[in-house]
Amino acid sequence: MQAGDAPRILDGIYVANGAAIGSKRGKITMASASVAMGGINANAVSAHDTTAPAYHDDVIRAGMIATVFWGVVGFLMGNVIASQLAFPAMNLGLEWTSFGRLRPVHTSAVIFAFGGNAMIAASFYIVQRTCRTPLFLGSLGAWCVFWGYQIFILLAASGYVLGITSGKEYAEPEWYVDLWLTLVWVLYLVVFAGTLMLRREPHIYVANWFILAFIVTVAMLHIGNNIQVPVSFLGWKSYTVPGGVQDAMIQWWYGHNAVGFFLTAAFLGMMYYFIPKAANRPVYSYRLSIVHFWSLIFLYIWAGPHHLHYTSLPDWAQTLGMTFSIMLWMPSWGGMINGLMTLSGAWDKLRTDPSLRFSVTALAFYGMSTFEGPMMSIKAVNALSHYTDWTVGHVHSGAMGWVGFITFGMLYWLVPQLWGRAGLYSQRLANWHFWIATLGIVFYITSMWVSGIMQGLMWRAYDEYGFLQYSFSESVAAMHPFYVIRLLGGLLYLVGALIMAYNLWKTVTSVAPVRAAVATA
Amino acid sequence: MPTKIEKDAVTGTDTTGHEWDGIKELNTPLPKWWLYTFYATILWALGYFVLYPAWPGLSGHTAGVLGWTMRGEISESLAQAAAAQAPFVNRIGAASLEDIAKSTDLRNFAIAGGRSVFAVNCAPCHGAGAAGSKGFPNLVDDNWIWGGTLDDIHTTIQNGIRNSNPDSRIAQMPRFGADKILDAKQIDDVAEYVLSLSRRSRNAAAVERGAVVFSENCEACHLQGGVGNPEMGAPSLAANIWLYGGDKATLVETITNSRAGAMPAWSERLDAARIKMLTVYVHALGGGK
Repeated sequence: MQAGDAPRILDGIYVANGAAIGSKRGKITMASASVAMGGINANAVSAHDTTAPAYHDDVIRAGMIATVFWGVVGFLMGNVIASQLAFPAMNLGLEWTSFGRLRPVHTSAVIFAFGGNAMIAASFYIVQRTCRTPLFLGSLGAWCVFWGYQIFILLAASGYVLGITSGKEYAEPEWYVDLWLTLVWVLYLVVFAGTLMLRREPHIYVANWFILAFIVTVAMLHIGNNIQVPVSFLGWKSYTVPGGVQDAMIQWWYGHNAVGFFLTAAFLGMMYYFIPKAANRPVYSYRLSIVHFWSLIFLYIWAGPHHLHYTSLPDWAQTLGMTFSIMLWMPSWGGMINGLMTLSGAWDKLRTDPSLRFSVTALAFYGMSTFEGPMMSIKAVNALSHYTDWTVGHVHSGAMGWVGFITFGMLYWLVPQLWGRAGLYSQRLANWHFWIATLGIVFYITSMWVSGIMQGLMWRAYDEYGFLQYSFSESVAAMHPFYVIRLLGGLLYLVGALIMAYNLWKTVTSVAPVRAAVATA
Repeated sequence: MPTKIEKDAVTGTDTTGHEWDGIKELNTPLPKWWLYTFYATILWALGYFVLYPAWPGLSGHTAGVLGWTMRGEISESLAQAAAAQAPFVNRIGAASLEDIAKSTDLRNFAIAGGRSVFAVNCAPCHGAGAAGSKGFPNLVDDNWIWGGTLDDIHTTIQNGIRNSNPDSRIAQMPRFGADKILDAKQIDDVAEYVLSLSRRSRNAAAVERGAVVFSENCEACHLQGGVGNPEMGAPSLAANIWLYGGDKATLVETITNSRAGAMPAWSERLDAARIKMLTVYVHALGGGK
């Protein structure tokens, strides 16, 4: 790439090859995109012009570092709270270190800090490459999103430790943090959508559909679930406007779609870019990607009520939550099929490429947990599984196996790219990471299956006279060995992540650059 | 406007002609098994909508042809469970505690039910094995603060101890030190005397002085020789079984500040038959009189 070819963003005006194109062009692009996603952008720069502009990659490099850092923090917190469940003395007798306060630190650290940073960085990387255009609003906009998001993480986590919480699962931050995140997220949407509008490719690549759905829907969920009134002018406490079962329904509409759009759709977007790149193979089926995208995002948004089976939620809402979850099975698997089948003709790369090995294993865990989820949404199954460790195991097979592994796969591929290294510092260490982490997940989810099903069976066990066989505390006591095994699984996962952090650090610091790092703007 | 449709060498499938950053797409049709499974789940959902409560309208929702409701199901299973237990429960309701304890089948049923009720309601304080802990009496020995007959245990469970129920068992030991009824020296002496009741004192002079303090201040409730009085909820001090601890420091603390453990009146939470079953169960734990 010649520096002279590089287009620049100047006050939102796109300049390419010496021809200034007004922002009007962007509007037309958006209109055509809204008619049919992936439709033809008649105004796009000719597809024959294959020059790559200078991309904004500094913020993505920072995103890599933040992803690894928050990943290690999140996994460490997971181990702390897992040890508290197995050994209550680990609460240390302090309110700041008690399970109730550290549990949201763990969940937010892995979902929003680790997963969020991974997705922001991945989306900035993907959208620039697949639109062949630098980020809208330039480097400054992207840095504002990055640092704004880190501030959100710190505000949220500090609140949890101090006991500031809305008490809504995965939406624990109080109103002042919610407002801040709204600003940051809208800016993120503007940067991403603006970049799409200014693209120099005729079509919008499938990864970007998923990422745009993720950003838009998370904005909607976040605002919808946090319509709240502060109790006092300067106090942190607020209450949501809806109450009772309406509040619960909105909370799980949010909670389930945080899984659906944050942890599924977004990371499918990541998968759709990095697997074809690493495998150097075309995506298996364009049609499948269209059908599974639209069916996934249409069906997912209805599935939340399955978190409230056998509660005061009306029967009809429970029915819809369950049936839409069942219908979601194949749309979810569409992504797995498209990812796995993309490897046709490239399966041999699994032996040599740790990145692909992580990504493909991630798809296997994705397929497993997106089968398990619809199954657990069936009322008869849910009557046994709900409120047990089975749910905890399910979400961790998704979080550790799918989100974690697809992100590790991206990191192993992208970090050498971003820093212009020939490859990883050590393939051997990456393989160690893979096997240690895989073993950790297996320990985690099998112990939670056994313990969850045992819990469910103990709670419903009757003796010959029709009396409950066990008290709740007896079921808690029975969990202990499984909590210890789960902790072991979590420790292995953390060790694997530390090995990765070391390996990536050495990749950046010790591997000789083969070329200048990919262009910066 | 596909530009460069190519045939993929590995699969023999055409590409769509799109390309982004080197990524192309194959024009593979939807996998048949995927599509038909998707259709099957949709059909299953449609069937479920017909059978069960499903779609909301302006007023109410579709009820489903099966007429199933969650509340109906739970009421039905609760009614079934109640019906299955009814013959026993009715007999227990009608029988005296002694008769329940004497009848083999009623006793077995009462112990099974009592064990279940105990595990949920009583174990949090008295322990899963009813062996108690500091402040919560052991129920498997034969040392009873408020009496260990079936009737005594029944009254204690029914009305509880030191709670707001009008029939609650009430007893209040004075705060001998905190309210300056006794001075520190007297408390020390009487603690030595209490130790001597279980032959653990080595200070004969203090025991002698403490015996006087005891007879003037403690005997009214704990009776002569500290044997205790279940009528007043005054524990035995001679059995070397301690609710809060029997070492001298703990005894001094108990005498100085008193103790006032409480127990709920379970008649406010459990029905009469369950309280009877619980009584028979606790009585049968080993120490019933």
